[in-house]
Amino acid sequence: MSWILWIVLAIVVIVVLWLWGSYNGLVRARIAVKNAWAQIDVQLKRRWDLIPNLVETVKGYKDFERATLEAVTKARASAQQAGNAPIADRAKAEGELSAALGRLMVVVERYPDLKANQNFLALQEELTGTENRISFSRQAYNDSVLQYNNKTQQFPSNVVAGMFNFQKEQEFLQATESEAERKAPKVSF
Amino acid sequence: MGVFLIALGWLLGSAIAGNGIAGLVIALVVFGILNLVAYTQGDSILLSVAGARKIKREDHPRLYNVVEEMKIASQLDKMPDIYIIDDPALNAFATGRDMNHASVAITSGLLGKLNRDELQGVIAHEIGHVKNRDVLLMAMCSVLLGTIVILSYYGSRIMMFGGMSGGGRRNSRSGSGGGGGGAIIIVVFAIVLMILAPIFAQLIYLAISRRREYLADASSALYTRNPEGLASALEKLQASTQPVKNANQATAPMYIVNPFLSRSSSPTDWTSTHPPIQERIRILRAMAGNVSYSSYNEAYQKVKGTRGGVIAPQTASLAGTVAARAPSPETGPVEEITEKVDRTREVSDLMFKLNDYRVIDCQCGTRLKIPPALRGRTIRCPHCGRLHQA
Repeated sequence: MSWILWIVLAIVVIVVLWLWGSYNGLVRARIAVKNAWAQIDVQLKRRWDLIPNLVETVKGYKDFERATLEAVTKARASAQQAGNAPIADRAKAEGELSAALGRLMVVVERYPDLKANQNFLALQEELTGTENRISFSRQAYNDSVLQYNNKTQQFPSNVVAGMFNFQKEQEFLQATESEAERKAPKVSF
Repeated sequence: MGVFLIALGWLLGSAIAGNGIAGLVIALVVFGILNLVAYTQGDSILLSVAGARKIKREDHPRLYNVVEEMKIASQLDKMPDIYIIDDPALNAFATGRDMNHASVAITSGLLGKLNRDELQGVIAHEIGHVKNRDVLLMAMCSVLLGTIVILSYYGSRIMMFGGMSGGGRRNSRSGSGGGGGGAIIIVVFAIVLMILAPIFAQLIYLAISRRREYLADASSALYTRNPEGLASALEKLQASTQPVKNANQATAPMYIVNPFLSRSSSPTDWTSTHPPIQERIRILRAMAGNVSYSSYNEAYQKVKGTRGGVIAPQTASLAGTVAARAPSPETGPVEEITEKVDRTREVSDLMFKLNDYRVIDCQCGTRLKIPPALRGRTIRCPHCGRLHQA
């Protein structure tokens, strides 16, 4: 009779171990989502910190279009302020900052002296690098959300998720380009 | 492989000392010590053997930026150390005992040949190895393999010199006749396992290594969102035929392509640490638009025509539709150099034709130019070793 007891004990131990591992996996996935979100913040802050330098370098050039510079400074300020707002507002503010920076770069094309300035070139490099890093950190956030959603919804880990009240789904970050940007550009000669 | 180790330890112990448990304990102790050494010192030994030098951001901003982007995309906590190996051969590898102590190394030859998307694909593949803990896994497997081989070797020595004289005495001392018969069976099993275990363990080790390579390719596609980057990098790697200096058996699995390029045209599958490059390229290109792990698995099944997948179920938790991105446009020094090379090549081809040289196209892609004096002889291609009749 005692061997039945051993088998039941073994099954209980296996189930407990599986529950333990599954729960920890879910917790890890949830923390990964939070961490990935914070990483986006790190890259966004890096971009904010670059902008004053950029504005100073460009301001030094005579006759540079004031309006464009001011637009960039304003967009940066509003993006920083939106720091604690919900995701949709933040995304919008950061998108506007990206657009303002893009317009600035277009205007810079008309100033060959500025384009050749070493400081400006270095800043531009850093800015491109930071934009790349922002998009990769958004991608990493979406990946972590994908993993979390899969874990909470796929069998058998969804059982454990239900037991411990894990939120079923997190939101993905949508691309922030406007409808106009999505359409393919028309080239006319 | 662990099963082989345990079985071997127990059987040898039983055969030699009459005590299976002691043999097992000794086997595990040897395994533990070797593991400890490999685990703690493995990466520094590897890097110094390869002749790598560490670089900082200022030394090579492009490489540093690419590695940092892949660190972000793979959600690694700490930026890996970056090393450049001064070697014209094209290869890259990853090492490090865990995700917080990782290193990525790339040869200067490869660094000069790839454009940004391809470089990103290669680095993403290496970081995939780090993230999937392949370095630890392969180190443990190779130590396991090593322990099995050591045990077999020493076991065979001891049995040969000690067993023959001791066996007779043991037999006469044991009380019942049945005891002697049991000892012989164990001895036979031990001998059989001693011969077979290293062979099977080696095959298992190579199979594990190949599977982890597929997984790293899939990780690369996921992190870069651009499987074509790695695919075209692999094409460039396939075209080159230089072996890597300082590569040896132990370090081979961590390189992106097999550093031992055999002279024959098709290396047999199951004796190589890496899957054939052509297959890897085809699988990456078969991933139409979706770069999740499940999509890689489907592409693998499609290309190989099998129903078994190659990605383990727990990693396939990253299933779903993950869209690929368009390749990034790049006009850089690499493009300019290749244009120059093409033009130079055209001019020199013209010169060869004018001087009455014959041109033979080898299957490996090399064009052999034969001077008129060498006609009628058998020429060997310097890249792949094939023979041609001039």
